[in-house]
Amino acid sequence: MTANELVWRIAGGSGDGIDSTSQNFAKALMRSGLCVFTHRHYPSRIRGGHTYVEVRAGEDEVKSRGDGYNFLLALGDSFARNPKEEAYYGNEEVKPLSENLDELREGGVIVYDEGLLDGDEVADLDERAEENGWHVYPLDLRGMAREHGREVMRNTAGVGATCALIGMDLEPIETLMEERMSGDILEQNIEILRMARDQVAEMDHDHDVSVPTGSHDEDQVLVSGSTGVAYAALDEGCRFIAGYPMTPWTEVFTIMSQNLPDVGGISEQVEDEIAAAALALGASHAGVKAMSGSSGGGFALMSEPLGLAEMTETPVVLVEAMRAGPSTGMPTKPEQADLEHVLYTSQGDSHRVVFAPGNAKEAYDQTRKAFQIAYDYQLPAIVLYDQKLSGELVNVDESFFDREPNPSLGAVLSEDEIEDAAHHASGKFQRYRHDPENGVSPRTIPGQVGGRFLASGNEHTPEGHISEDPHNRIMQVERRNRKLESIRADLDGRENSNQTLHDPTDGDAEYGIITFGSQQGTVEEATDRLVEAGHDVKALGVSDLAPYPEDEVAAFLESVDECLVVEMNSTAQFRGLTQKELGRFGEKLTSLLKYNGNPFEPRDIVEGFEAAIDGGDTPDENTRLVRAAGD
Amino acid sequence: MSAFSAIGEDREIDQNEYTPGIEPQATWCPGCGDFGVLKALKGAMADVGRSPEEIMLVTGIGCSGKLSSYFESYGYHSIHGRSLPVARAAKLANPGLEVVAAGGDGDGYGIGGNHFMHTARENHDMVYIVFNNEIFGLTKGQTSPTSPKGHKSKTQPHGSAKDPIRPLSMSLSAGASYIARTAAVNPNQAKEIIAEAIEHDGFAHIDFLTQCPTWNKDAKQYVPYTDIQQSEDHEFDITDRREAGEAMYEAETALHEGEVLTGRFYQDDRPSYGQEKRSLGEMPEEPLAERYHDADYEWERSYDLLDRHK
Ligand SMILES: Cc1ncc(C[n+]2csc(CCOP(=O)(O)OP(=O)(O)O)c2C)c(N)n1
Ligand code: SF4
Repeated sequence: MTANELVWRIAGGSGDGIDSTSQNFAKALMRSGLCVFTHRHYPSRIRGGHTYVEVRAGEDEVKSRGDGYNFLLALGDSFARNPKEEAYYGNEEVKPLSENLDELREGGVIVYDEGLLDGDEVADLDERAEENGWHVYPLDLRGMAREHGREVMRNTAGVGATCALIGMDLEPIETLMEERMSGDILEQNIEILRMARDQVAEMDHDHDVSVPTGSHDEDQVLVSGSTGVAYAALDEGCRFIAGYPMTPWTEVFTIMSQNLPDVGGISEQVEDEIAAAALALGASHAGVKAMSGSSGGGFALMSEPLGLAEMTETPVVLVEAMRAGPSTGMPTKPEQADLEHVLYTSQGDSHRVVFAPGNAKEAYDQTRKAFQIAYDYQLPAIVLYDQKLSGELVNVDESFFDREPNPSLGAVLSEDEIEDAAHHASGKFQRYRHDPENGVSPRTIPGQVGGRFLASGNEHTPEGHISEDPHNRIMQVERRNRKLESIRADLDGRENSNQTLHDPTDGDAEYGIITFGSQQGTVEEATDRLVEAGHDVKALGVSDLAPYPEDEVAAFLESVDECLVVEMNSTAQFRGLTQKELGRFGEKLTSLLKYNGNPFEPRDIVEGFEAAIDGGDTPDENTRLVRAAGD
Repeated sequence: MSAFSAIGEDREIDQNEYTPGIEPQATWCPGCGDFGVLKALKGAMADVGRSPEEIMLVTGIGCSGKLSSYFESYGYHSIHGRSLPVARAAKLANPGLEVVAAGGDGDGYGIGGNHFMHTARENHDMVYIVFNNEIFGLTKGQTSPTSPKGHKSKTQPHGSAKDPIRPLSMSLSAGASYIARTAAVNPNQAKEIIAEAIEHDGFAHIDFLTQCPTWNKDAKQYVPYTDIQQSEDHEFDITDRREAGEAMYEAETALHEGEVLTGRFYQDDRPSYGQEKRSLGEMPEEPLAERYHDADYEWERSYDLLDRHK
């Protein structure tokens, strides 16, 4: 990340168009040649409340939201309004101004809508502006919107003002507007955009915030973690999804539902999550690649079908999009505290494969891998990610998605092959044979001649009959366990590891930082800063969780003296998993935890790291250090 | 050639083809009504000419759930109460399959009640047989949702304070398009009704009265029974919701007063869920499952969708 960056925060109430405005602005920046990254903060309510989105843009790859921001567009007043009825919901009149100031960087710019917000009501705005060198521009955005269109278009006025202040060309914004609007609405918006730009252009301004310049070698697309998951599913030939809405899983569910019918697939919104997972099993058993998913609470309901998938060896991919728990927790806030829930839920010695992508590209890669493993090895695979990754947008080379589809169902026999396969005296096909080397016993699909078998959630014989015979039990358990060993070998042998090493010291690091899932980019950025500040640090983002990538993590931990484990939960679940899987390194691992509903910012990690090696505490209550046992 | 050549195959079927190498006596008690369901299902499938390989029989948990062990076909013995969601997805994935779901009253009306309601409402094209023995069999005789009020069991020693549910009325209000009640003691009617249910294009719910001589000793053997279609006292139009509802109400009330009314209660020919979905363009015309076996099929890619992200 170069020093010249724009971190533009647009704030207002839910329903003010914050989301769509920020997405378009991010896209316009991407089209101007920049790298972008968005961060969403929103409350669990439909109208009103305090919402913001940050769009960070720079010349080089942007991996995190960064620390603070340098441009605030305070748009609404956190009231939801229905102008016709003069009805207002919410009671936080000046929030977009007062709530957002703490993280505004020195020399930052504030544009606020004078039509709706009164700067005088924020007691110390002037003083703080003076102290921090902020440049404040009260503008009657609402008035401009009303003059040429409707009040809701004040976000367009805000964007026009922004462009004038940062020296950004209106052209990419106008093109985007033309792509999604037409007629009067388009004309009005363009008029408002230009009017705001012209009005601001006439004003004096001497701040340093400006739009960076950059260019891309390749065509870019703006995608989120959820897009990555959904598109990977499509490319793996997944044509059946069943779900029940729950934030933030709903994003994957929505993207899939909007696309599946067009590609001849089926999407089912059903009565609950138990049904959703059971439907995915039914479709998969009948020979279609299928997925389901939810967030923590809904995934809890899926625990029984999950076990059924393992016992019947029905391939399925489940997505678990974490948010802060327990129970309904904080529906719109990220956390990584469902790790153990996902690893261990369901009764018995049950197995599943778990992947935790670290960014949107990995969300795509690992979801594809999840389907491959699930179908090749006939067991459930889970993609574990969170509210942060699900909704953050980043630019990715378009060509990244240009890959061959993989509709393979794995080891499924054709009718000719079934004829020569092993059958029981009763005529049943021996679907669950004991002998296969890698544990995977080929299957048949209902409707095929000669392939009849019983898939049972009870322990069963090779042909599927329910059995409590001890010898059969041992053979079946061991065969199912053997699949896990085969998967581990398979993953270890693949070229593209998803454990991401970030080593700016080129191997000389004394300290390590490990993390899993969505914190990867933030950890990498923090690592760069620590190295700049003279520390010898490298980082590892772990994205395969079960089977655990023992060799890669052990090699990393052996190469450093001490290691910080960064995760968004209060019980150090990932550190616990690492110690359990590796059986050592307890004395090297110090946890840095954050569980206040917000993801880590790079400075949290920089400060946490310094506190960890200096023996102090983290500087504020937002993060917490838990030192290595015996330290 | 189709990858599923058992489907649509036209031939004479011998009932014995549905007999696997293992015997129901292994788990079902002598005199259990479940034998009657098994027999009726075999007879009906032979009559309509479905081959074992084009049938997918999905069961829940309970004595009733063992049906899939004793009936030779493709089977899925799922989990307690969840046979319906498994079954309906299989039907959507491959509409050529003859999908039958089965389970007990605890399984279907208790733990699986929510799925029952929604599967009926959606009118999936399948048969659903509920073995109604008014008791939990496999877990040894606890009160079930259909046990009569006052029924004493180990878990309700003072007698149940709850009225039993009315499965037929429930099914009607939820939206099933074929509803019948039959009994293990009435094998001919049972077989005919199952056959009719298979041919019906929509959600066909059969409340199948099965006696449990082991745990529900005071339960009647459901004799004598009256076939409402044969009885002059019970004339009504089975395509009329209101009349059917009244007949159901009467049958459900009479059951606990000692009169067993069986037969067809309701039938409508609204399009099944699959048909509706296909006509909306929400589901392919051809069986989805076939596509994975078609080497010439061109799979659309996410790459084709990237324009909106540029
Ligand atoms: C989630 C869950 N809860 C409880 C059980 C235990 N269980 C097994 S069968 C059964 C009752 C079955 O009764 P019913 O559905 O009426 O069938 P029947 O045995 O009478 O045929 C119960 C409670 C289970 N297997 N799974
Ligand atoms: S316990 Fe009852 S339902 Fe179960 S097999 Fe015996 S008689 Fe049949």
